[in-house]
Amino acid sequence: MSGANDRDPPTPKASAGSKKFQRWFSPTFLMVSVRGRHGAIVVPQRDAFRLPRQTGVADPALRRLLGHAIPVGTAIGIFLIWEAGVRVFQVPTYIAPAPSDVGRTLVEQWPLLMRNFWPTFYESIMGFLFGNMAAILIAVAFVHSRTVERAFFPIAVFINTIPILAIAPILVLIFGAGLTAKVVIAALICFFPTLVNMVRGLQAVSPETLELARILSASRSEVFWKIRLPSSLPFLFSALKIAATTCVIGAIVGEWVGANSGLGALIIDSTFNFRSSLLYATVFLSSGLSVMLFALVTIAEKLVVRW
Amino acid sequence: MGAADPAGAAHDYAAVLRNAVVRFGNFTALQDISLELEQGAFWTILGPSGCGKSTMLRLVSDLVPAASGEVSVLGKSTEEARLAREFAFVFQDATLLPWRTALKNVELPLEIGRRRNIKIPVSDRSPRELLALVGLQDREDALPRELSGGMRQRVAIARALVCQPKLLLMDEPFGALDEMTRDHLNLQLLQIWAETGVTILFVTHSIPEAVFLGQKVLMLGANPGRLREIVDIDIPSPRAIKVRDTQEFTKYTAYLRRLLEAD
Repeated sequence: MSGANDRDPPTPKASAGSKKFQRWFSPTFLMVSVRGRHGAIVVPQRDAFRLPRQTGVADPALRRLLGHAIPVGTAIGIFLIWEAGVRVFQVPTYIAPAPSDVGRTLVEQWPLLMRNFWPTFYESIMGFLFGNMAAILIAVAFVHSRTVERAFFPIAVFINTIPILAIAPILVLIFGAGLTAKVVIAALICFFPTLVNMVRGLQAVSPETLELARILSASRSEVFWKIRLPSSLPFLFSALKIAATTCVIGAIVGEWVGANSGLGALIIDSTFNFRSSLLYATVFLSSGLSVMLFALVTIAEKLVVRW
Repeated sequence: MGAADPAGAAHDYAAVLRNAVVRFGNFTALQDISLELEQGAFWTILGPSGCGKSTMLRLVSDLVPAASGEVSVLGKSTEEARLAREFAFVFQDATLLPWRTALKNVELPLEIGRRRNIKIPVSDRSPRELLALVGLQDREDALPRELSGGMRQRVAIARALVCQPKLLLMDEPFGALDEMTRDHLNLQLLQIWAETGVTILFVTHSIPEAVFLGQKVLMLGANPGRLREIVDIDIPSPRAIKVRDTQEFTKYTAYLRRLLEAD
């Protein structure tokens, strides 16, 4: 055969590891990826964020540098204005601490912060695992049986409509003040977005692909393992990114209702004792936990969803 | 056409339809279709949109049932033929699994049913050789997104051949490609047809493509979908692209165009 003379055959992508690494951890990448969590349903749109925009800078290296420098510079600028504002207007520390105070507290109170970080970390991870596992299994059941979907989907929607702040005390009453209640709350908050996305993902198979499976006389389990499950993975990872940040919120809300340790307990404690610097440091640490989990899921996605 | 042969001759045909009717609810998609597709033939199906071209392929491939009439593929019912992998289907969209490489996509039919001990016929050519047959020997490890539309469709053709089907059903496989790529793939398909001896039933909405590829062109009409005429194309094989510039060729295309407009 004369062979590969189709027009415009795209060249395979260069797999420069360091370049990829840079991209995952670039501030712009994280920011844009976080945007996905504002909607419950996130349709995976590869590279949609890399639309060309006019920046007026021609040199690509310089443009890349600018791409990193702009968000970092803006953040530094905000901190400086904040610091200056607190000093110039002599705002008392208990109302709003200066960034330098918060930084000092972060260093000085590091052992205390870590003592409270680990319980929250553990609850978030456990809630993430249980909530998503349950959502995935129930999604599989929904896709295989219309009856199960009809029976349970309204209940899932109903549970999702209860504000997490309202259901948290109920769960603490049921499971007690220990870890279990927090894990359940974190799991609950992860559950619904993953359920919806996973159902969508499992159904995101083109009718022609299903006809192909039929012509090959594929069994239901073959269609599931070879076609449906892999095609759902991009959808699943979009949901897991949502869950990576919300599970921390769930754990902290659970700790608010009743706990002796954990970042949520520390937030309550430092608020009531007017230890504003400690409060701010705790908030930073909470958000750091979310960012870390989000980055882990993003890395896992890049390793698994290679297509 | 359509005259019932004595029993026993059915095996000489890749597909036989006798008074086949397909209905979707009250809508008659295909009415009273009778034809005998000889083994080793290359027929093309042409007709206005909505005339049931695709439905005819789906009828033969056991994707839609006949409301009445008979359909057989190599002397078997369509279901038996499907279970025995007697036919393969190439869709307009390549329907490759995006997470599998070209080679893994070609191997997919061999994996389906293996655990259930279903006897799967295997082509004399390995999946690698089939990729080479369609000219993609150096793109075995490429993911579908790294391939052009024409290359993806060639992977789909290699996948269709992996179980050594006797009948290849193609539903506008090159409809979404640009003209240069389409010409190239038409030639390649004729070559594959000559080399493998597979019977091909090919749906298209392009009159030149139908004439260039087909030994016969089935002209369907719409409302209800029916077989209007079978046009023999007496252009000898092997055909080269420049056949299209001959008067004979334009005579056929002009005739078919008149038929289409008269419907």
